[in-house]
Amino acid sequence: MFPYIPVSKNDEKHMLDIIGVGNIDDLFVDIPENVRFRGELKLPLQKSEIEIRQIMNGYASKNISASDKLCFLGDGTYDSYIPSIVPYLTSRSEFSTAYTPYQPEISQGTLHGIFEFQSLVCNLTDMDASNASMYDGPTAAAEAALMAFDKSKGNTFAIASTVNQNTIDVITTYLKYRNHEVLIIDQKDLRADLEDFKAKASKDLVGVLVQSPNRYGYLEDVKGFVEIANENKAIGVMYADPSSLALLKTPGELGVDVVVGDMQQFGNAMNFGGPHIGFMAATAKLMRKLPGRIAGQAKDRRGNRAFVLTLQAREQHIRRDKAASNICSNQALNALSSTIYMSLLGKTGLKELAINNTSKAHYLHDVLIKTGSFEKVSNGNFYREFVLRSKVDVKTLNEHLNKNNILSLKVVGTDLVQFTVTENRTKSELDYLIQVVEGL
Amino acid sequence: MSSYDKLIFELSQPGRIGFTLADEEFSNVDYNQFFNEDELRTSELDFPEINETEVVRHYTALSNLNFGVDTGFYPLGSCTMKYNPKINEEIAGNPKFSHIHPEQPIEDVQGTLNLMYDCSEALAEITGMDAISLQPAAGSHGELTGLMIMKAYHLSRGDHHRVNIIVPDSAHGTNPASANMSGFNTVEIKSKANGAVDVEALKAAIDENFAGLMLTNPSTLGLFERNIEEITKIVHEAGGLLYYDGANMNAIMSQVRPGDMGFDIIHLNLHKTFSTPHGGGGPGAGPIGVKARLEKFLPFPVLEKQEEKFVLNYDRPDSIGKIKNYYGNIGIVTRAYTYILRMGRDGLKRASEVAVLNANYMQKRLKAHYHLPIDELCKHEFVLSGNFGLTHGINTIDIAKRLLDFGFHPPTIYFPLIIDQAMMVEPTETESLQSMDKFIDAMIKIRGEIDTDPDILHTAPNTTHISRIDEVEAARNPIIRYMKEEA
Repeated sequence: MFPYIPVSKNDEKHMLDIIGVGNIDDLFVDIPENVRFRGELKLPLQKSEIEIRQIMNGYASKNISASDKLCFLGDGTYDSYIPSIVPYLTSRSEFSTAYTPYQPEISQGTLHGIFEFQSLVCNLTDMDASNASMYDGPTAAAEAALMAFDKSKGNTFAIASTVNQNTIDVITTYLKYRNHEVLIIDQKDLRADLEDFKAKASKDLVGVLVQSPNRYGYLEDVKGFVEIANENKAIGVMYADPSSLALLKTPGELGVDVVVGDMQQFGNAMNFGGPHIGFMAATAKLMRKLPGRIAGQAKDRRGNRAFVLTLQAREQHIRRDKAASNICSNQALNALSSTIYMSLLGKTGLKELAINNTSKAHYLHDVLIKTGSFEKVSNGNFYREFVLRSKVDVKTLNEHLNKNNILSLKVVGTDLVQFTVTENRTKSELDYLIQVVEGL
Repeated sequence: MSSYDKLIFELSQPGRIGFTLADEEFSNVDYNQFFNEDELRTSELDFPEINETEVVRHYTALSNLNFGVDTGFYPLGSCTMKYNPKINEEIAGNPKFSHIHPEQPIEDVQGTLNLMYDCSEALAEITGMDAISLQPAAGSHGELTGLMIMKAYHLSRGDHHRVNIIVPDSAHGTNPASANMSGFNTVEIKSKANGAVDVEALKAAIDENFAGLMLTNPSTLGLFERNIEEITKIVHEAGGLLYYDGANMNAIMSQVRPGDMGFDIIHLNLHKTFSTPHGGGGPGAGPIGVKARLEKFLPFPVLEKQEEKFVLNYDRPDSIGKIKNYYGNIGIVTRAYTYILRMGRDGLKRASEVAVLNANYMQKRLKAHYHLPIDELCKHEFVLSGNFGLTHGINTIDIAKRLLDFGFHPPTIYFPLIIDQAMMVEPTETESLQSMDKFIDAMIKIRGEIDTDPDILHTAPNTTHISRIDEVEAARNPIIRYMKEEA
């Protein structure tokens, strides 16, 4: 017997009798003998929970995590603090063991949560319409590029070279087999070069993607890029760091047509890169071109307010090969984490968090330069990530940090390193980093 | 279920807070010094103002409006709603796995890379494929990745004209949608009356532009494709590749392997066959497997073992490219591998045996009361029809809604499209005889009501906290975000 399989040998016999066959093998006679697997899978036999825990702890013990050493890495994935109630609530199995809410009468918890998620995303970004989540930031950006091609006739999508490399790579993959072109915009001073975009933009353009704060941490002239795109009848897509939006100009204020990004930092673990959660919001005009699930408010027969999956005519299970996207499962439970996170931090909390992030980052930036070991490389304004030129060989620097219980920094050029600061790095941890650097 | 419909915004009270930060002095800095004036937000951030206690009460109340596998029987066909073991959650939640930044150097993450490698090997063994990529985030994402590999394969041979993907009319909606997204045309072929692939129709649909066939086996009708050898031969002789939609893998573990059937590319849904929770619609994971000759096209980076060290190889000139941020939904892979080790080769075999046993038992008992359009030995699921003629005006939707009153999640309805008024039932192996019997009793009772009291079906559900929703009106005038009521 197996703990997850409640059918006993007696049950089995009873069921086989009713079916009218002699044994289990008789249920597989429809598989042609030539292809039938007759051996035993080369896997170990079943194990107890006790043994499983030991084996899995064996793998775990070979990792060095951000709990073991201080993390100053970013690049779209952040060591943000996860409030206790987030995993506590999302682990309620009424949420976690349900599936896509096809039966709204017994899925209001999920649907209600999605509606709140969409509302919070719209409010954070100043956009009109949000979907229920995407796999992650880069795939959300790729879907935004496909929306641009769906809307316009041209054959080129422009991407600033200051967008995270993974995002550029994923979009490139999504577009290449449809014979669409990607145009990369040059950079200057670690920021996208608007003049280069002006020179390259043409009627063949369907959209542009700019990330702000960008891959290095610096703010971009998003509005300038969107205006040039719109002049060419192309859409402007912004890749945003959600916590920065509590402080910085919103995609709506910047005139952006579609905003995408990743909300891992809102209540989700880093998980070595996944599961994270992509978000995507658009203007009302583009609402019916959004990919994926959308929850809407409705009324039941008794007049009660209720929520339901809506605008489904866009989706694969109805439109099949004409669907806006093939996405089916998304990151619903991660979206619920972000919903609870945004609700908990609330109106004042999220802004305080953004200020805490940026002022700590600026503190670290200034003190690091004062140590004499680093130099400033960009004149751009930054939110919580920045790049410095290391006077010490970067390999030596990272080895020194590692020895002192700090995770390796991201190296972004031969002598350039990136620092990322979240609210989860306390003042004493920042001072510790500075002290370690001074000991070089 | 108790009634609750408050939105978090409606609980907001000015001045309440739910969270505080460390180093308050950093939260009170004048941030204007860091930015230009035109870089700052001027619109109001209108998030709710709520205390922690109330946030917890609100989401607890919402959870009470939901039905999951832990609540009760969830025979949602094609979705494999099996029990989600709790140890999986605990293992994946270990900070030594979950609290790792994806940009950490590989020396830091040898444990996770080792786990990913071992999980890939196990999946390759279970499916009979040569190489696995864990990168796709969900089943349809795996389809997209697999079809891009198919495209790359044909292009590498100079076969630019091979743009047609043949898909049976019984296929999941994601199949044609993924084909379109990866730059192919979809050619749909009609299935035979018994739901099997019509071999003659397949032959007729193949021309010089043929790229490949997407097949779910067992099919969405829960039937094993008996002509699989002939189909494989036809596809390969025509220069095409055979794609396996792994949504129904739970029926065949240790009985038959996609690789041995001749499939070239497959995807798996770890959230179906390998027990990870569905999360109300995700996160899932959709690893793909390929035969050796297609290995060079896999998304980069590829995980390799070099002596005793695990490395990520980005130097892959023929790779289709990256398909997702970093390496995949590794938190889900960790859960699935915990399950695979826990079950072992004997447990996985037994899981498929009982999944098929349970489905055949339910099919046999229910066909005495409901129309079973295709009456054959089934695999892990079967499809009933809710078509009772026009006498009572009863449709499948009414039966589904009435099942809610009995405390069950209904089967998948109106899919597959080739069965009129379809009800697709998949019990999975984690359901007991008693639990299935209760469901069967409810279905028999409902069958009686169709003749004696059809109104009770028309008005169902009557015990849930809300009744049926006007979905047409919701789509006509979409309200998809909360707006404060004008004072």
